Amino acid sequence: MSRPETDLAAALATDTPIPRDAEGPVFAEPWQAQAFALTVALLNKGVFSADEWAQALGAEIREAVANGGCRDGSDYYERWCEALEHLLIAKGLTSHDGIDALAASWARAAEATPHGKPILLANDPQQG
Amino acid sequence: MSGHHHDHDHDNHFTSIEARVKALESLMVEKGYVDPAALDAIVETYETRVGPRNGARVVARAWTDPDYAQRLKADGTAAVAELGYGGRGGEHIVACFNTPDEHNLIVCTLCSCYPWPVLGLPPVWYKSPPYRAKTVIDPRGTLADFGVTLPEGQRVRVWDSTAETRFIVIPMRPAGTEGWSEDKLAAIVNRDSMIGTGLPRPEDAP
Repeated sequence: MSRPETDLAAALATDTPIPRDAEGPVFAEPWQAQAFALTVALLNKGVFSADEWAQALGAEIREAVANGGCRDGSDYYERWCEALEHLLIAKGLTSHDGIDALAASWARAAEATPHGKPILLANDPQQG
Repeated sequence: MSGHHHDHDHDNHFTSIEARVKALESLMVEKGYVDPAALDAIVETYETRVGPRNGARVVARAWTDPDYAQRLKADGTAAVAELGYGGRGGEHIVACFNTPDEHNLIVCTLCSCYPWPVLGLPPVWYKSPPYRAKTVIDPRGTLADFGVTLPEGQRVRVWDSTAETRFIVIPMRPAGTEGWSEDKLAAIVNRDSMIGTGLPRPEDAP
């Protein structure tokens, strides 16, 4: 099976320690794969360019390394998510407060969802 | 969180980073920048590369150590913890041993209860309501869809995880693997064989 995104990821992350093995990226937890997939999909749509992404991610990682983090790759996808947030904000597509509010809504939706049912944003009891 | 019975409020929980990823995703979907199907397709490419899949170690140990297999049968949670693995919450792990008479199949739930640290990420199709419905009504049909044909006399038993209990299928050790090391055995225990939608593949041995 070909994994075109693997090459893309390699190209995007040349200066950064993306967690991977011989066959390509590996993910410690499901959300990391979701964040990775979202970024790849936005790139494919042209919402931002590979160059812009590489710069955004590189900046987060350099900052984290300067502060003593991200040396073993364990917080790599936390930095990835911050880079994605900052890039989408810089593009004028959302705001920090907007993401905070929506994340809080998802957290409430998860708590309110009974076992065996899909977690939907509409399950947030505070959604109007 | 032990002994919480149960008005459903705590079945599901997002960590703060999980909630942020969902927020970014839903925002981009809502604005029309991404199609959820496209996201699923990308994740699907990597689905076997998520999580540690510690379950394969549990199966390999059970195959090579009869005492361990007994402990695993008696108390799955404790036996899995012996190898240093555990679930996120206080849920119980029950090991369902396949036998010549009975094949076990787990139906996934649609929420966050699936034990990915032990089994790896479920296949995208496996979470779909039609799959779930069909599996409950016609488990042999589901297995056939995925290329698994069981011997005539082998029953199929379907397990549905609850908020308190997770299941792992312990497949039968394939013939021809006598004398293999635990590492080599673990390599042939794929995710599908621990869900029951597949069988171990000795041809995958390193």
